[in-house]
Amino acid sequence: MTSPVQTDALIVGAGPVGLFAVFELGLLDIKAHLVDILDRPGGQCAELYPEKPIYDIPALPSVTGQELTDRLMEQIKPFGPVFHFGERVDMLKRVDSGFEAVTDAGTTFLAKVVVIAAGGGSFTPKRPPLAGIEAFEDTSVFYAVRKMDAFRGKHVVIVGGGDSALDWTLNLEPIAKSVTLIHRRPEFRAAPDSVNKMRALEAAGRLKFLIGQVTKLNGEGSELKSLTVRGPVNGGPEQEYGIAAERLIPFFGLTMKLGPIADWGLNLHENLIPVDTERFETSEPGIFAIGDINWYPGKLKLILSGFHEGALMAQAAHRHIYPDKRVVFQYTTSSSNLQKKLGLL
Amino acid sequence: MVKITYIENSGKVHTVEGEPGQTVMETAIRNAVPGIVAECGGACSCATCHVYVDEAWKEKTGNPSPMEEDMLDFAFDVRPASRLSCQIRLKPELDGLVVRIPEHQN
Ligand SMILES: Cc1cc2nc3c(=O)[nH]c(=O)nc-3n(C[C@H](O)[C@H](O)[C@H](O)COP(=O)(O)OP(=O)(O)OC[C@H]3O[C@@H](n4cnc5c(N)ncnc54)[C@H](O)[C@@H]3O)c2cc1C
Ligand code: FES
Repeated sequence: MTSPVQTDALIVGAGPVGLFAVFELGLLDIKAHLVDILDRPGGQCAELYPEKPIYDIPALPSVTGQELTDRLMEQIKPFGPVFHFGERVDMLKRVDSGFEAVTDAGTTFLAKVVVIAAGGGSFTPKRPPLAGIEAFEDTSVFYAVRKMDAFRGKHVVIVGGGDSALDWTLNLEPIAKSVTLIHRRPEFRAAPDSVNKMRALEAAGRLKFLIGQVTKLNGEGSELKSLTVRGPVNGGPEQEYGIAAERLIPFFGLTMKLGPIADWGLNLHENLIPVDTERFETSEPGIFAIGDINWYPGKLKLILSGFHEGALMAQAAHRHIYPDKRVVFQYTTSSSNLQKKLGLL
Repeated sequence: MVKITYIENSGKVHTVEGEPGQTVMETAIRNAVPGIVAECGGACSCATCHVYVDEAWKEKTGNPSPMEEDMLDFAFDVRPASRLSCQIRLKPELDGLVVRIPEHQN
């Protein structure tokens, strides 16, 4: 095991609220590492509505989810946050020097305080509602490709029309016994270059593309054998037919699930973490919760509220880390001390 | 007011009234019609407000926009009559509209 990453603050979740927390903590000299299961910052704003305008961010009459994320990234840059993307924080426990956290990729953190900014929970692939699919998961049905070897020499079926579906169709084609891509229509939401490559391989007979939808999984125990597909046959009317399938990778988008946070020994209130509205601290001193994940009387799940929560949390985190230091209240407009931290002086 | 009939997969029928300008999704949620989840609150970002528009109403409700078509890729058991109900806005011509709710929202 590699040695643990030491940090003042560990922020779980790099959504808008986790990002702005870097700023508020940074003004108080608290450095942060952030972990997010997504491969980029922005949480819901970047994953669910990057191109849609938000109208209730103060002083920005209209800003898209992606623009807001980009601006936050620019604003927090002076504080040098360190990001760990594509990892989920699975375990969190108190140790002598603060807190120890471990991700699913095995990264270990030693943090003085932990800020849970986990929104609606970890983004997790959606499970299509096909009867009995659970039995095949992790042996025959996968929602992401972690180890290519699981697909070597197998009849692989990929369902979906986005970049992930196209990318894995192209990547697995050389090593699988056969690759079939199934999508409900001939248009894709993927990079045109990948679509062209897929079409060329199809024309060369190296993979199959079917228009249709999977309606049934057939197999024994956890071993998938075939799929029932409904779709037009040779340009004719829709029919149900079977195809060989030992591995299935369905891409039906992502949804948010609380995930491992439920096991961290914190008090929960309907899958949210209750906090007080002075410190935004959880039932465990030194563990804070801000943004969509927390709950208190009057809570509104707004980005605006999450920013405010971050500012107050940072004061409390400072008192937790430096019980003997006094925080002097200062404005960024006039304090040379704060401007130095922002890299302006 | 615009009358809408929602038919659950079990066959249970709910006939309710909505206001022009509201969506078919909002009208379902306000009237506690089960089976429409609407995780994203109508932003065409979740595909959990999937319905099948009755044949007789397909022309009046129109076709999904390209953005809605993209989001329908994330719905399950999509058919030619599939729509995302947050993208159908009520107007007087839709008085009497009938939609069916699928067995599952993905
Ligand atoms: C369609 C839509 C429109 C919206 N419009 C508005 C609007 O107009 N105005 C407004 O104020 N709000 C709006 N919202 C709500 C707003 O997006 C949320 O309030 C905001 O994203 C919450 O930010 P957050 O940082 O708390 O959490 P999120 O944005 O949910 O980010 C949390 C992140 O934490 C990660 N995470 C969780 N658990 C773990 C773990 N264990 N390990 C690693 N990573 C983890 C998740 O993957 C996620 O990326 C909208 C939401 C949606 C879906
Ligand atoms: S409510 Fe989310 S797509 Fe309609």
